[in-house]
Amino acid sequence: MARIIAGVASSHVPAIGAAIDNHRTEEPYWKRVFSGFEKSKEWMAKAKPDVCIAVYNDHASAFSVEFVPTFALGCAAEFPPADEGWGPRPVPVVKGHPELAAHIAQSVILDEFDLTVVNKMEVDHGLTVPLNLLFGSPKEWPCPVIPLAVNVVLYPPPTGHRCFMLGRAIRKAVESYPEDLRVVVFGTGGMSHQISGPRAGLINSKFDKAFLDNLTKDPAKLACMPHVEYMREAGAEGVEMVMWLVMRGALDDKVEEVYRYYTVPASNTAVGHIILENKPRGAGRRPAARKRAAARKAKTVKSPAKRAAALAKPTIIRGR
Amino acid sequence: MAREHKDYEDIPGTFVFDQERSRQGYGINMFCMSLMKEDNRKAFKANEAEYLKRFKLTPEQTDAVLRRDYNRMLELGGNIYFTAKLGATDGHSFQHLAAVMTGSTQEDYAKMMLGGGRSIEGNRSKSGKAAAAKPARAAKGSKAAKGKSKTRSKARSKRG
Repeated sequence: MARIIAGVASSHVPAIGAAIDNHRTEEPYWKRVFSGFEKSKEWMAKAKPDVCIAVYNDHASAFSVEFVPTFALGCAAEFPPADEGWGPRPVPVVKGHPELAAHIAQSVILDEFDLTVVNKMEVDHGLTVPLNLLFGSPKEWPCPVIPLAVNVVLYPPPTGHRCFMLGRAIRKAVESYPEDLRVVVFGTGGMSHQISGPRAGLINSKFDKAFLDNLTKDPAKLACMPHVEYMREAGAEGVEMVMWLVMRGALDDKVEEVYRYYTVPASNTAVGHIILENKPRGAGRRPAARKRAAARKAKTVKSPAKRAAALAKPTIIRGR
Repeated sequence: MAREHKDYEDIPGTFVFDQERSRQGYGINMFCMSLMKEDNRKAFKANEAEYLKRFKLTPEQTDAVLRRDYNRMLELGGNIYFTAKLGATDGHSFQHLAAVMTGSTQEDYAKMMLGGGRSIEGNRSKSGKAAAAKPARAAKGSKAAKGKSKTRSKARSKRG
């Protein structure tokens, strides 16, 4: 059975990608930003997910205004980096996981989330910058990545609550996938920034820090925040932080915050980053309780074949 | 037709790219999108006004593009991720555009960002309503500024 082991949130500022591509990461300005991700890369190297699901937004690269899907799930085998005006970023092609993506689409649509299925799509800095921050700059990305593009460009984006609930539906989908996969979910974008109009340059660190706190401890409360508050407090473009709630919804209610980093600025934006781990299930339980939990789980499986498989192989999640 | 009032219209210095602007600004944004191709950039540079005719802009929109009035483009339905492509075609960095939109020099704008960015204080609300609610709540002795603003915005959106 597949399982979500952790969630990662990270800003996806395009200038961070440009700093990597133009070999400027050692300059003091950029070193400050990148230093915050050194531990994260170590964490990721240890976590070794089999698949990542990356919640991000497109910036007029794959989608213009011709059609604007609210949630678009990348179901293709691969997603080339988009040309954003300076040629495609020199990063590896993102390899998808079409089988898991198809399973997620099938599951969440029946759970009433009307996703757009995308079988051909280029991905821009919104997706590739967080991959760089967590994986560095390898020749190939170390695991398949399923892109989930969320519209946060054309108002209104999906509400924070909708994003949070989609995360939950994704968790349910992942947990019903028969293969033993360890999955990490990325929420990207943010934190406070406004890049349009006379108020451009807005940064609100107080808001950002409270957002990080609530993301860990009280995400259900955070999910009730209306768009106008994001836009007022965190900048017109800061509303993209609703994407972090998809990631958070995909995690357990109680999580362990293992790392966070926050710095101002990168270009026009406050950089925020957090790693949240699901606690290993069954940890701390006595063997008998684990058996009961496994039996309960088996009862909920509907198809006889799956049920037999589940009984033959109790779904006890290994700790790390 | 006048714009319908929205709760976010009270945020100063901000043009939210909403459904109404998207409808009006389709031509501006598709024009900007076309600049992703080198041949189109050349054609635009060769004769800007002529090239713009392909996109059915209104005279106001055409004027805003020709004058590179970025705020006016946003007001008339352009979106920043699209208009930034026009800036790139002109060879400008994004920070240059941000400075232009804020009526500042690029140097001053960059300095402001290094200093922690534009403060939220004094930049929440045109009407002053969002800011005015604060002292009244503070009188109750709560330090949770975030909590206060949430309650306030929720009430606001219910009315709107």
